Amino acid sequence: MATQAAFMPGTEAAKRQSVLWSWLTTVDHKRIGILYGTSAFIFFLIGGIEAVIMRLQLARPDNTLVSAQTFNELFTMHGTTMIFLAVMPLSASFFNYMIPLMIGARDVAFPRLNALSYWIFLAGALFLNSSWLLGMAPDGGWFGYANLSSDQFSPAMNIDFWMLGLQILGFSSMLAGFNFIVTIINMRAPGMTLMRMPVFIWMSFVTQFLLVLAFPAITVGLILLMFDRFFGTLFYMPSAGGDPLLWQHLFWIFGHPEVYILILPAMGIVSEVLPTFARKPLFGAPFVIFSGITIGFLGFGVWSHHMFAVGMGPVADSAFSIATMLIAVPTGVKILNWIATLWGGSLRFKTPLYFSLGFIAMFTMGGLSGVMHASPPVDLQQTDSYFVVAHFHYVLFGGSIFGLFSGIYYWWPKINGRLLDERLGLWHFWLMLIGFNVTFFPQHFLGLIGMPRRIYTYAPDLGWNFWNMVSTIGALIIVLSFLIFIVNVIKTIRSGTVAGPDPWDGRTLEWSIPSPPPVYNFAIEPVVHDRDEFWLQKYGDGHGGKPATRPRAATAQDIAAIHMPAPSYWPILLALAVAFMISGLLVSMYQVIAGGLLTLIFMYKFAMEHHRPAPGHGH
Amino acid sequence: MMKRFVSPARVRTVLLLLAVMMLATSCGWSLWDNPMTTVRPRSDFGRWIDEIFMLISWTTLVIFIAVEGGLLYCCWRFRDRPGAPIPKQIHGHTPLEIGWTVAFALVLLIIGIPTIKIIFRTQEAPAATDLHVNVVGHQWWWEFQYPDYKITTADELHLPGGRTAAFYLHAPDVIHSFWMPQLGGKRDVVPHRVNRIILTPDVPKVTTEHPGQCAEYCGTSHANMRFRVIVHPEGEFEQWVKAQQAPPVDSTDPLAQQGKDLFTKSTCVGCHSIAGVSAGHIGPDLTHFASRGTFAGSLMKSTPDNVAKWIENPQQMKPGALMPNLGITSEQSKAMAAYLLSLK
Amino acid sequence: MADHAVAAHAVHDPNIGNTGLDHRKMGMWIFLGSDCMFFGSLIGTYLSYKGKSLSGPGPHDVFNIPLTSYSAALLLASSLFMVLALARLQEHRVKAAALWLFLTAAAGLHFVLNQVYEFTTFALHEGLRLSTNLFGSTFFVLTGFHGAHVTGGVLWLTILMVLALRGRLDHRDYTKVEIAGLYWHFVDIVWIAIFAVIYLIP
Repeated sequence: MATQAAFMPGTEAAKRQSVLWSWLTTVDHKRIGILYGTSAFIFFLIGGIEAVIMRLQLARPDNTLVSAQTFNELFTMHGTTMIFLAVMPLSASFFNYMIPLMIGARDVAFPRLNALSYWIFLAGALFLNSSWLLGMAPDGGWFGYANLSSDQFSPAMNIDFWMLGLQILGFSSMLAGFNFIVTIINMRAPGMTLMRMPVFIWMSFVTQFLLVLAFPAITVGLILLMFDRFFGTLFYMPSAGGDPLLWQHLFWIFGHPEVYILILPAMGIVSEVLPTFARKPLFGAPFVIFSGITIGFLGFGVWSHHMFAVGMGPVADSAFSIATMLIAVPTGVKILNWIATLWGGSLRFKTPLYFSLGFIAMFTMGGLSGVMHASPPVDLQQTDSYFVVAHFHYVLFGGSIFGLFSGIYYWWPKINGRLLDERLGLWHFWLMLIGFNVTFFPQHFLGLIGMPRRIYTYAPDLGWNFWNMVSTIGALIIVLSFLIFIVNVIKTIRSGTVAGPDPWDGRTLEWSIPSPPPVYNFAIEPVVHDRDEFWLQKYGDGHGGKPATRPRAATAQDIAAIHMPAPSYWPILLALAVAFMISGLLVSMYQVIAGGLLTLIFMYKFAMEHHRPAPGHGH
Repeated sequence: MMKRFVSPARVRTVLLLLAVMMLATSCGWSLWDNPMTTVRPRSDFGRWIDEIFMLISWTTLVIFIAVEGGLLYCCWRFRDRPGAPIPKQIHGHTPLEIGWTVAFALVLLIIGIPTIKIIFRTQEAPAATDLHVNVVGHQWWWEFQYPDYKITTADELHLPGGRTAAFYLHAPDVIHSFWMPQLGGKRDVVPHRVNRIILTPDVPKVTTEHPGQCAEYCGTSHANMRFRVIVHPEGEFEQWVKAQQAPPVDSTDPLAQQGKDLFTKSTCVGCHSIAGVSAGHIGPDLTHFASRGTFAGSLMKSTPDNVAKWIENPQQMKPGALMPNLGITSEQSKAMAAYLLSLK
Repeated sequence: MADHAVAAHAVHDPNIGNTGLDHRKMGMWIFLGSDCMFFGSLIGTYLSYKGKSLSGPGPHDVFNIPLTSYSAALLLASSLFMVLALARLQEHRVKAAALWLFLTAAAGLHFVLNQVYEFTTFALHEGLRLSTNLFGSTFFVLTGFHGAHVTGGVLWLTILMVLALRGRLDHRDYTKVEIAGLYWHFVDIVWIAIFAVIYLIP
């Protein structure tokens, strides 16, 4: 049986490490969560700058702030960055930090694999953005349609950065998916049946399945593109009988589940925040859970609603239209359940609640414009116009980002031990809400009056000038709101009000341990009787039952008996080897081979790190 | 614990602000008269789409008011009051769940059934009497062919009002999307398949112009891949056809003749066709260049200055343009522009 | 309570969860589910382009069905060898397990060598390469990635065999060998699918 070295802070082993080394070799899910969150926020700012430059260019017709090529690179990188380098890793930071805490576990199933996921993500993110420094940022759109992406029409390396960067990022996401599925199934505290899992865990659980089942489709799509561009295959070559629509199918078979990957975690966060600040349980929790599962399933059956304009024929159009409208049902059910949670509650208006309320309001709007898109005839006017740009920003920004900020303000005290400033939080919220709506609501109009998307400029006599200017002003208001958030973080990170373990009078297990949690999370493994176990311990079930037994106080012996996984440098080394190998495709085959060999060797080392040595070598 | 709650006055202010924002953006701004609007259709196809759009818009507006209203109501009614007890820990209500699930499904049925009808109606087979137009999407300009009349032109699509047109969409290079918003929805132009749009433009009182644009990102100058649709009242389309079928004008202007001479001696002839003069098929057909008010993917007005500048340095005026820079001097370009602008 | 007993045991073995199931086995099953989608996409691509090549050799111009049937039999046999290796390991017969691991890996290697032979024959004598036509592109990429999976498996099994021979692997590592076995069986099943869909069906 494999043993893992005990590693506790405060020991001699811990003291010998430098701070930097401890972060580079960490396998602690909490630290990995912080790494993901910090990186995600930086890339979010980069994506935001890309957006602001675009909005400045589009503020006036026939503008010359940036060239056509630069603008095309900007919208490609903005989309790719926001989806893969901002929203997904922000969600990942919550998966990492909160899943073990909320299921009563001490870490994830595969701590080193967890670290590997992060370092591979960072490698992919840096690889992708290095293209800016080399003056060849990807310019094929975040969706990279064939056959514009072929080497005939995109001969330079721009597309290669995108193609290979996405592959690297895909590996990271899939590895994390395997890890969290096993963690959630296998490491729940005693008594925590599946239906007693918090709803955030359920939404994250469904998301992980979407990750591991959807990414292979784009992996294949990208492999086919890679072979076309590097080895002369004909997958997307119309002249050889290849069909550019093959790319679209593979991409969207991934791409549609991807949007649920982007929204479900935020929905999970909202499902935790609302009950806490309304002081009553989530209304219809089993229905919300089953709706999440249904959305996960149905999400694999609607991909061609992104292709209503390509000419699939009336039967395919109808089938996908019906499936898409079907998905609106569980989504709507969730929204009503959230509102019903507020009904009869005692709402404490703190920043996390504001952001969750903003989520419901904005996501509803995005969902309704989505219902319009679900109708192919209407979609033929709206797709590829600013109407759909408005739609997806309402669900991704108004939805995911607002939801994620709700989570940030909610769990920040748990992670940092100190509260964020409430007043600055409210300024952030209101400015972001107003700025967001001023930016994106007019884009519905722009779409309805014929403005296509992905254009670097437009003629002055089409009536688009006014709303473009308004939209740009909104973007600047959003920038202001983020600055306020940054000021809030800087102001309170060292000197904010100490939070204590339970600043919000929470309902779930993470609020029962100190803030920030000790490295082992729970001194005594909790036993769970209810989804809102901690609330039950504090107040009982509200129907006359006694409060549940709190776990007994931990003794020094309890803590000494805890074995935590040891840090390891193999995850970061293996990630470097993988990045070296894949980037070699843009340099030379020797680098690919060398990188490949290193990858194999490091995989072996990684696997053998905790395997026992040969007999006679002692241990 | 900090005591902060939202007072009725504050909630009312916020509601008012939101309402003003919504109203300000909705009325007082007319989408109706926009040159590329989708909400004032000028064809049967456009109208069928607009029917469903209106149905869905009203339905979603009702849902929007109900849901957002419910949300705001809850925020106001159930705010925390100092000293309030823990609220009743209600876990759910199954009949309510079933009720609203069924309600949503019914709403979608109301939207779905007309949707399917219109899907099939808009994708019916063409009739033999339809005007056959081949639309060819190139990087970054539109070519229009009328095989029945043996006409090839670019940038401007002429249609007879009241007669059904069947557009066949061809893509020799990458995916584009053919969109004339005032006349109906778009259809992608995909290599190795021929998509179709069939519509009947309304009969206008006077010749009316409808701008169009490529709607699928197709490379550097995607934003510049525009076109114009000109719909003719009764009888005038045939005049245009006759003018297009006529041989090119042989101008007596010495500058234009100089330009023609330069044209025939340069590599221009490899890409462009002018009936009786050259037979290139890579760039637009120039036989009746001056009958069109715009050029270069309908990007610029056909003025002597614009045409000359374009000939001298296409990439300057349209990033990435595939027409090569042939190093033509400004003397030469003036002459060639005069020639092209004589080709009415 | 039974929960506590399981929990108490689990604390000592970091690979066993509170359900009593091994993390690594569960992880492998989920990885295989993901890999199903991977091969499903590749097979789907092959099928969507079947018969659509504009020129060049087609499947039944070049396939050597006897050879590939032999390869399929090799993989099937190797799955049996894998089961035997696991059985021996469970019986604490490490050397015998190492032998069966060797035979499994050898059969897999033989499969890969057959495939190399097949690929070179197609490229050099049949005029079928990656860039020849849609059949060439889809065939080589699909079967090539499968072959790469087999190669990875052969490497893995070889390492397990060497560890066993060096005394670093025994019945206590049953789960580690079991998950290699799961992967190997999966690779075998994918080949059955590819063989049937690509080679056998006209």
